[in-house]
Amino acid sequence: MSEKTAQLPENILEVTDLCKYFRVSRKATLKAVDHVTLTIRRGETLGLVGESGCGKTTCGRTMIRLYNPTSGTVKFNGVDISSLSGKRLLEFKKNAQIIFQDPYASLDPRMTIGEIISEGMNVHFNYSDKEKTDRVNDLLNKVGLAQDYANRFAHELSGGQRQRIGIARALAVDPQFIVCDEPISALDVSIQAQVVNLLIKLQREFKLTYLFISHDLSMVKHISDRVGVMYLGNLVELATNLELYDRPLHPYTKALISAIPTADPDGEATRQRIKLEGEVPSPINPPEGCRFVQRCKYACDRCRQETPKIREVKPNHFVACHRCEELENES
Amino acid sequence: MSKETKTQAVQLDKTIPNGAKTAAVPPIPKEKFTIIGTDDFSGDIIARPRIGYWADAWRRLRQNKVATVSLFFLILMVIMVIIGPYLNGINYEAVDNTAINQAPSAAHWFGTDALGRDLFSRVWQAGRVSIAIGIAGALIGTVVGCIYGGIAAYFGGIVDTILMRIVEVLFSIPYLLIVILISVITDSQSIFTLMLALTLTGWCNTARLVRGQMLQLKSQEFILAANALGVSPWTTIIKHLIPNTLGVILVAITFDIPSYIFSEAFLSYLGLGIKAPNTSWGALASAAQQTFAFYPYQMFFPALLIALTMLSFTLLGDGLRDALDPKLRK
Repeated sequence: MSEKTAQLPENILEVTDLCKYFRVSRKATLKAVDHVTLTIRRGETLGLVGESGCGKTTCGRTMIRLYNPTSGTVKFNGVDISSLSGKRLLEFKKNAQIIFQDPYASLDPRMTIGEIISEGMNVHFNYSDKEKTDRVNDLLNKVGLAQDYANRFAHELSGGQRQRIGIARALAVDPQFIVCDEPISALDVSIQAQVVNLLIKLQREFKLTYLFISHDLSMVKHISDRVGVMYLGNLVELATNLELYDRPLHPYTKALISAIPTADPDGEATRQRIKLEGEVPSPINPPEGCRFVQRCKYACDRCRQETPKIREVKPNHFVACHRCEELENES
Repeated sequence: MSKETKTQAVQLDKTIPNGAKTAAVPPIPKEKFTIIGTDDFSGDIIARPRIGYWADAWRRLRQNKVATVSLFFLILMVIMVIIGPYLNGINYEAVDNTAINQAPSAAHWFGTDALGRDLFSRVWQAGRVSIAIGIAGALIGTVVGCIYGGIAAYFGGIVDTILMRIVEVLFSIPYLLIVILISVITDSQSIFTLMLALTLTGWCNTARLVRGQMLQLKSQEFILAANALGVSPWTTIIKHLIPNTLGVILVAITFDIPSYIFSEAFLSYLGLGIKAPNTSWGALASAAQQTFAFYPYQMFFPALLIALTMLSFTLLGDGLRDALDPKLRK
């Protein structure tokens, strides 16, 4: 067993040039995820932020093959998952799970909580009824709910409790990697903290790797080791938590970070907010060039013609911007 | 670089008054804290007993008085059409020339018709045919409609478009035309031809309903979750899609049954339905219509039973719809 774990690569997930396009009509293609390249290290939490409709969710779902990618590769533990089928696909699905955003839509209203949690066990393990009940009870305790809930239906539970069930369902198959698709955005603020702390606790206990998708920048800062910023299907910046929040390089990230309210009234009064002009353009048939060009005040001709590739500007700090070095030198 | 030092200076400025403020409050000594432990789950134990989805729906249905009365009436009707024809010992086909067009009496409880056949036996025998057509028609329509709608929704895209266009074409043909065509083609007017004619287009509505419901369900996150867990498509359909559509289907059935009963009555009334000596409520009403001015009771009993049965099914369907929708729970 230890030999096996020793062989596992350091990066649990390697995503290269991942694209997911949806055909809207005969001529129009929606480029939800466009050439995203990133790696996720074993045991870390990678935050993925961006505004609504920028492709965060699609990106997360494509990584665990809920959607088939249009092009590009996703390597999980060194194995390309886009060509898997049958038993090996099932094996991958056991290892990569997802927690959904809407705790009301993600639980089947006709099933008891016990049935919901044991759904994955039925597929992947050969448990006897007793083992199954024990495991369900164990998982309920792990996510902080009484065993009593196993017989209840989802509609009898509150939003926070439902989200805990969603987490227990994902944990039931012993995954290594979990995509947390905005797991807290539908919850009340007081419950958000509980669920996030639960996720952190479980990560330590089970040595999980998270992809934490959210549009709540402060929450991502709290939970993540590294953070990626998406804009219109592109990954524009990827850096460690501290680096990204303190020294953002991409003009979009700068604007995004400047929009975070601070809890300190003095700091809030002096906070300089970068206001972006215009609206997010449509992701349907986007033009060549940098996606951010219409709203970027530093845009030059090169930005309009050539799509910037993501590159390592500083150690462990990846940016997709032609001018980020000169902009940094200027300031 | 100069900007960075500036911000640092600003931060330093701010920390001084803040630090002064915290220093003013003496720290609470550690002995004053006691560990009270964490919550157990006692607050989570729910007092209400466990109640399943169907038990809850049944409870809500029983609270609805109109629906309960309808349900009891329908059960009574089913019992009566089973035992009714044997109750007074007169065969429904037996012709008695000595007792033609008699008013209701001790011997003939509902009177007799123009051939002297006992109406009480005939009304229940007719009820058998009518209710059988109603239930069988609704079931056939539901099964075909569910499969058709399910396929359209599951595969989606071009398959869905083609299947739904076919439904729209079928839907736009007047069904009387189809019935006449079928009785001409098959050259028979048995109960099966009638059923075929009625169900040939009758499933369209259910198909649309099921497709709509399944399309809505397909994009729900719990279906995606099942997919992410590696649950097979077949298991997903059986465990998630069908149970979640069942409520809608059940309600559709209760609304379909009276419409089939009425269609059959209507067709028999026009002379396109059941032929003598067998009979149905529509056929009985049709026969009574010619002598309605002299013997109104011949029309009264079948008409009353058609009306009450249809009303009961509709009211029960209404009650079921309310009972099966968890959002309407009080």
